[in-house]
Amino acid sequence: MEKLINDFSFGLFFWQILLFVLLMLLLRKYAWKPILQAVNEREEGIKNALAAAEEAKKEMQNVTADSEKLLKEARAEREEMLKEARELKEKIIADSKEQAKIEGDKMIKQAQATIESEKKAAVADIKNQVANLSVEIAEKVIKEQLGNKDKQLKLVEDMLGDIKLN
Amino acid sequence: MRITPFTKAFFIGFLSISGIFFAQEVEHNIDAAHDSSKDAKKKEIKADIDHHIQDSYSFTFFSDSETGKHYGFSLPVILWDDGLHIFSSSKFHHGETVAESNGNYYKIYHNKVYKTDAKGTISYDEEHHPTNAKPLDFSITKNVVMMFVTGLLMFLLFAGLAKSFKKGPIATGAGRFFEPIVLYIRDDIAKPNIGPKYKKFMPYLLTVFFFIWFLNLFGLTPLGVNVTGNIAVTFALALITFVITQFSGNKNYWKHIFWMPGVPVPMKFILAPIELLGVFIKPFALMIRLYANIMAGHVVLMSIIALVFLVQNWIGSGLSLVLAFFLSIIELLVAALQAYIFTLLSALYFGFAVEEHDHEEAH
Repeated sequence: MEKLINDFSFGLFFWQILLFVLLMLLLRKYAWKPILQAVNEREEGIKNALAAAEEAKKEMQNVTADSEKLLKEARAEREEMLKEARELKEKIIADSKEQAKIEGDKMIKQAQATIESEKKAAVADIKNQVANLSVEIAEKVIKEQLGNKDKQLKLVEDMLGDIKLN
Repeated sequence: MRITPFTKAFFIGFLSISGIFFAQEVEHNIDAAHDSSKDAKKKEIKADIDHHIQDSYSFTFFSDSETGKHYGFSLPVILWDDGLHIFSSSKFHHGETVAESNGNYYKIYHNKVYKTDAKGTISYDEEHHPTNAKPLDFSITKNVVMMFVTGLLMFLLFAGLAKSFKKGPIATGAGRFFEPIVLYIRDDIAKPNIGPKYKKFMPYLLTVFFFIWFLNLFGLTPLGVNVTGNIAVTFALALITFVITQFSGNKNYWKHIFWMPGVPVPMKFILAPIELLGVFIKPFALMIRLYANIMAGHVVLMSIIALVFLVQNWIGSGLSLVLAFFLSIIELLVAALQAYIFTLLSALYFGFAVEEHDHEEAH
């Protein structure tokens, strides 16, 4: 201990304190403060950049999700449209079938009506002809009767044999 | 890394005892050396080591003992003795002559300046201590020069680093090699030990770390300086840590010293003096630890280098050389380690001083 105390140099102590405190104050102003501040700013910058990158990534994910959703919607819409078109087509086909059937029925009915009326007309015509013929026959019979009784009968028979009922 | 006052006290005691022990041994061996040729050599080596670990009034790179010539340069001697005396240390002729300044005469004895008469007589008391008056000595010694050099180097390096940050966020120049260390001190020494108030202690922690580290490294160069192994230097550094600690101490800190919360009242009375003692032991430990480590490193390294010349055979000298080489590498590690420990413990003490939360369960 005596050696330590004996070795102790007040001058060196004095210079050390003076120099060290001065050095510390100088370095604080010209070195440590700017350095720590710059380093802090840099770290802050890195942190912000990382946060921004993270943000951008999230945004990107959102965008992807959005587009995916849009795509899905578009696909669904297409599907819907296709379905509608198919339905429409079927409906049109069914409708036209119906229409055709109705039209056909109508035409058949008309044809039947025409046939009926033609038939009626034909029957009426026949009736008229039969009547006329009958009258003619009757006329001729009456005429013959008036001349020759045998001949009149033979005529009626012939005439009746000639007539073919159609 | 929390050290209880008790283990610390033990540690300091151990260190200080060992420090004093080897210091006395060196002195004792010098005095007891005999005059045979080998002993003369031993004596010369011991004187060399002793001279090396001490401060000096001139900056001597090497000296030739045969011609008595010293290679180096003189430094200013500044004394306060009823007025300022400034003269070159060359006037002492390396302690061999008496220097005269404004009618006063001074002589160096055992590396200290004493006031003498014109013939340079030094009178001694019974224990062979000089009784001459010692003037207040503010000389620019070798260690002061190295402190100036280190300070200048640090200023240039770190002001340069600060300047390079103005150009962009990436540092350029020589200072950038120290940027990771600056960050390390902030993130691994200051932040975990001091807590959220670490910012105001950063200038001191950074300055003290680089100052000690650079001076330790200078001590390993062949310049032959031993600044951080000087008790006055480590005392000054420890004193600054002590002053900063006490001045930043908050209510909580003082309460823990004088009226320990969470213990019975009789214990409070027992703990108060122990804690108060701890307040002084902490910086004392800082002082002794740095001093003893660097001093011991220098002495051991120089002794082993001296062995190379003392043994003078191929095997012994070779082995000593290899040993000196490995020891130098260890000393490089110690240089950084001691700076780190000083900074870390300072940060720890600051942390105690500014700690806010009540941690009664911790005691």
